[in-house]
Amino acid sequence: MTGQADVRLTDSTLRDGSHALAHQFTEEQVRAVVHALDEAGVEVIEVSHGDGLGGSSFNYGFSLTDEFELIAAAVAEARQARIAVLLLPGVGTIDDLRHAHDTGASVARIATHCTEADVSVQHFGAAREMGMETVGFLMLAHRIGPQELARQARIMVDAGAQCVYVVDSAGALILADAQDRVQALVAEIGADAQVGFHGHQNLSLGVANSVLAVQGGARQVDGALCALGAGAGNAPTEVLVATFERLGIKTGVDVDAAMAAAQDVLRPTLPRQEQARLPNADRSAIVQGFAGVYGSFLLHAERAAARYGVPAHEILHKVGEAGYVGGQEDMIIDIAIQLAEGRES
Amino acid sequence: MDSVTAAIVGSGNIGTDLMMKLLRQQDGALALQYMAGVDPASDGLARARRLGLEASAGGVDWLLSQDPLPEVVFEATSARAHAANAGRYAEAGVRAVDLTPAAVGPYVCPPVNLDLNLDAVNLNMITCGGQATIPVVAAVSRVVEVAYAEIVASIASRSAGPGTRANIDEFTQTTAAALREVGGAAQGKAIILLNPVEPPMIMRNTVFCSIPAEAAEPGPLRDAVTASIEAMARTVRGYVPGYTLRAEPQYDPPDPRWRGMARVGVFLEVRGRGDYLPDYAGNLDIITAAAARVGELLAAHLQSGAGQAALQTGGRA
Repeated sequence: MTGQADVRLTDSTLRDGSHALAHQFTEEQVRAVVHALDEAGVEVIEVSHGDGLGGSSFNYGFSLTDEFELIAAAVAEARQARIAVLLLPGVGTIDDLRHAHDTGASVARIATHCTEADVSVQHFGAAREMGMETVGFLMLAHRIGPQELARQARIMVDAGAQCVYVVDSAGALILADAQDRVQALVAEIGADAQVGFHGHQNLSLGVANSVLAVQGGARQVDGALCALGAGAGNAPTEVLVATFERLGIKTGVDVDAAMAAAQDVLRPTLPRQEQARLPNADRSAIVQGFAGVYGSFLLHAERAAARYGVPAHEILHKVGEAGYVGGQEDMIIDIAIQLAEGRES
Repeated sequence: MDSVTAAIVGSGNIGTDLMMKLLRQQDGALALQYMAGVDPASDGLARARRLGLEASAGGVDWLLSQDPLPEVVFEATSARAHAANAGRYAEAGVRAVDLTPAAVGPYVCPPVNLDLNLDAVNLNMITCGGQATIPVVAAVSRVVEVAYAEIVASIASRSAGPGTRANIDEFTQTTAAALREVGGAAQGKAIILLNPVEPPMIMRNTVFCSIPAEAAEPGPLRDAVTASIEAMARTVRGYVPGYTLRAEPQYDPPDPRWRGMARVGVFLEVRGRGDYLPDYAGNLDIITAAAARVGELLAAHLQSGAGQAALQTGGRA
């Protein structure tokens, strides 16, 4: 970490935000956003398909532009910022990570469901061998308690993670839920690695949870400009920067420049709300936070709803009941078919 | 005629489930004799001893010091372990049926290409997800062109042992390669997910194949694709009774979001027989039942004498 920052912000507009745009980012958008974030002082910028490297597929949606072209553009545009990539073992592979590294990415963020950290061991090893900085992502962190989550974080650290995030993929953690998990991770891995927090807005708590996370010992926090992200969106980077500034928590990011990046750079490139489904806490998104459903299922549920004539929020409720985890987007179609058959009979 | 002797290397979930299946068909041409593991506390080794097999935690070194050597070894360890062991089996003249995604030998999926490779000294069983989905891809590609096939395999966390967990990349890469080479798709992609929900979820697989636009419209071509998929599901059900289609194949017209491709989606459930782990672990059955079937046919082939000649002349691994 450079400078005297208390917390390092990683901006995920160009990764998590990719969900909100159905993975249709263009190279021009990537260049403009990276340029603005870099100027504002954001140290790490994540660029990948929303579901991580190799996510371009029927199951998650095909990328408009090859993600490695977007990563190369981001690397070319950044002056001080480093480019991060996300990898979900089971979706992407070490070969994809090596390709990203060769393209200039220097931070590897390896994500697993919160109970399955051991599938990431080979990926952390490979990332460290390549000389990449490593971050572990324990997704849907609301699904297990703080102590169990801390044990999973330990597996990632032993495998080579230099930071492990509590990832609130469903936007389901409520205040102390977030802080308790961060504190448990700090107690378990704090001597060996940092702890991070990735918040979503389904219950409008992304920023509040991030503040509590930092007060609980988190040293890395994620945001996205204009909250562009899965579900109801991420904790907005520009709001995090402003809030931390007011609290006297140093991020090294300029408040005005962050607000300008959101309002003047990203927003004009986004489709209008009537033409696209930009993140907001509507019924389906609230159901996700309430029932603990993986954020990126939202648009897939809406498409299945349109295809099979059943309400998206009903599909999402069923997904919550079934306990499906990040990546099981195919099960949304399965549930929609079952619901549609139930209506016919 | 003497039966063909066999060994299992790897006493985890897959090896132990395979043991139960091979012992059940013990009246056939294949006689299971040995079980080798590396963990003295392994439940699988204890079961093997109770069931009358010679079992040891001494691993491959122990197995290859036995006299007589087995004629066929089933490997259920990890891709890395099999890559290290494959040469030793071949040197010792032992044929290998590989249940790891090491991909040393040619890929075998019994309902699709079993007749092809019985002379190979090493046969690869691809992956559990591959055994569940490649038959469907082959069923589509024998009717229409499949430019791209993608599969998503979801398994219960409890059914994924340490070997599976250490082999996630090998799983996706080997499965994708076999979607092309055995399934007949021009391009392939595989995704695997582990789900810890309790009670454990039954193994689920989704197959997406790109198809010509005409095949996505109602009509005889689409009916032929559906009939081919349903016939293949019946064939697989012949050795894995819990293999079912959750719904009719789902057809969607060309879509700009899918790079202009039309597609058929097939949603599969694989309920296991509960031989070792409970019935949610269909991922064990789909690959162990296929391996047992390969073992049976291989044994018959070896008894016929045809196989021995091939081995001595250095049949391709």
